[in-house]
Amino acid sequence: MMQHLVVFPVVLPLVAGILLLYQRQGLVRYKRVVSVVATVLLLLVAIGLLRQAASGEITYYALGDWQAPFGIVLVLDRLSALMLLVTAVLAVGAVVFACAGDDEKGSNFHGLFQWQLLGINGAFLTGDLFNLFVFFEVLLLASYALLLHGGGKARIQASVHYVVLNLAGSSLFLIAVGILYGATGTLNMADMAIRVADLPSEREGLVTAGALMLLVVFGLKAAILPLYFWLPKAYASAPAPVAALFAIMTKVGIYAILRVYSLLFGDTAGGLEALEQPWVWWLSLATLAAAGIGVMAARDLRLLVAYLVLVSVGTLLAGIGMRSPQAVSALLYYLIHTTLVTGGLFLLAEMIGLQRGKAGTRLVKGRPMVQGAGLAMLFFVGAIAVAGVPPFSGAIGKALMLNAAEGTQRLWLWPLLLLTSLASLIALSRAGSTLFWRSHRGNISGTPLPRRQWFGVIWLLSAAPLLVALAGPVSSYTQATAEQLANPQVLIRTLLPNDAGDAP
Amino acid sequence: MELLYAMTTGVLTACGLYLTLRGRTFPVVVGLTLLSYAVNLFLFSMGGLTTDGPAIVSEGTGYADPLPQALVLTAIVIGFAMTAFVVILAMRARSEVGNDHVDGKKEDRE
Repeated sequence: MMQHLVVFPVVLPLVAGILLLYQRQGLVRYKRVVSVVATVLLLLVAIGLLRQAASGEITYYALGDWQAPFGIVLVLDRLSALMLLVTAVLAVGAVVFACAGDDEKGSNFHGLFQWQLLGINGAFLTGDLFNLFVFFEVLLLASYALLLHGGGKARIQASVHYVVLNLAGSSLFLIAVGILYGATGTLNMADMAIRVADLPSEREGLVTAGALMLLVVFGLKAAILPLYFWLPKAYASAPAPVAALFAIMTKVGIYAILRVYSLLFGDTAGGLEALEQPWVWWLSLATLAAAGIGVMAARDLRLLVAYLVLVSVGTLLAGIGMRSPQAVSALLYYLIHTTLVTGGLFLLAEMIGLQRGKAGTRLVKGRPMVQGAGLAMLFFVGAIAVAGVPPFSGAIGKALMLNAAEGTQRLWLWPLLLLTSLASLIALSRAGSTLFWRSHRGNISGTPLPRRQWFGVIWLLSAAPLLVALAGPVSSYTQATAEQLANPQVLIRTLLPNDAGDAP
Repeated sequence: MELLYAMTTGVLTACGLYLTLRGRTFPVVVGLTLLSYAVNLFLFSMGGLTTDGPAIVSEGTGYADPLPQALVLTAIVIGFAMTAFVVILAMRARSEVGNDHVDGKKEDRE
């Protein structure tokens, strides 16, 4: 039983999704129970896997017992386990929030939600490049439908851009996979790492082209500067629980960059070592600058949070661009914080919008809120955490990032990151004072918000104080993860014991 | 044969890319379809082109690489589903927004 635990994060949402397809309409209670139970089970499985991976042991699951490099393998190491846990925590908050009524605005919400989780979990676990593509498609197809959930003009328009861009991205992904297969003759990432290490020099150009094309694809998912224009509109118009779940989607791109380039183009890759580094580094800084401007310019709370996601993307990618174990450790800590807190903020924006009636989430004067005090407290916590002001987790995350920069990197990263934080702080305080203080004209009306929505938001935002309280164990785990990533030889030896002699 | 194959793939890609960059949803959908055809052809060739090779493993030395065939099959299925989805999406956008421009603009000087 225990050795099958690795495949559970893929099988569990798949089965739950099939159960949830039973009827398109109706059976609301049954669907909610199945969906929440499946998500909570997923959380338990993720905790189990994290404990298993924390020892530093790398386990893999060969589907159909076809051994790597011929079969498809799911690989569990510290990084995948961490990402699975973050996804599961986020999903529990989002799905409980959705049970307050958002799931009934369209059909099949819960089934699609589970399949989105299936795609995300699969992408985090797989050790095969083509399989990564398949899981990307699964999560994208579910996300297309979820983005449209509830309908409406704004959503459809944002969807058209999102779908067309991602379809073009998928084509590019296939071309890149094709080039890499043609040049190395394998699709298993560990095997490819070995072959890249002793690549004949005439094929280096091909592999470089393939690898940089992959970077474009992952950059599109992660929303790096020239490829991020779809993000603010899509995230701002998505239904709140979906937007919260989407907070992990950009991180899938970041995970893919981290995984593929640390494994394939690490120390052993010779002339191809760190070929993505200059691109990622400079583009991440540009992303940060653009996101800072976007945060200041946003006139809607949801758009503001969407730009805050972009700020986090820029920060995380800068961590990858620094390419040192210390930076990777810092970025993983920041990743946990930013995923959960921005997810919580998307949910909170929806609640604020519901209570303000016609004014919605636009940053204009509106009527006072029935539960203004509670919402204001939560907004305060979320805003402080996301802007990176002590005492919450954002401050620690950003301090770790700043500390990881070395030499001339400091010259670029410090001013940009600090200025962007300042921009976020200004924009958030302006938003907060407009929403909560400048709204005392008009009568208080409206109904109190359902308890499930409160649970979802508090569940996600409580990550901010918890990550501070548990900063010690969390950062030692991320440090161990970074060290494991810096030594891909262990992973290669576990997956391919016979080829271990070839690996230099 | 390599030259012909490469040219076909290249022309398909170029046409697909051009159409994808158009302003109306219909050419964009056709462009995406062409792109996916080009990608399928490209994937098919990535194991190297051989003529008259047996399709599956045989006693002879040279046989076709079976992996690209499997990948192309997967890619075709996924591409087909995506095309169907994007067609429906384009039609819904047309009926909700009132025109078929990708940005939903009313007048268009194209």
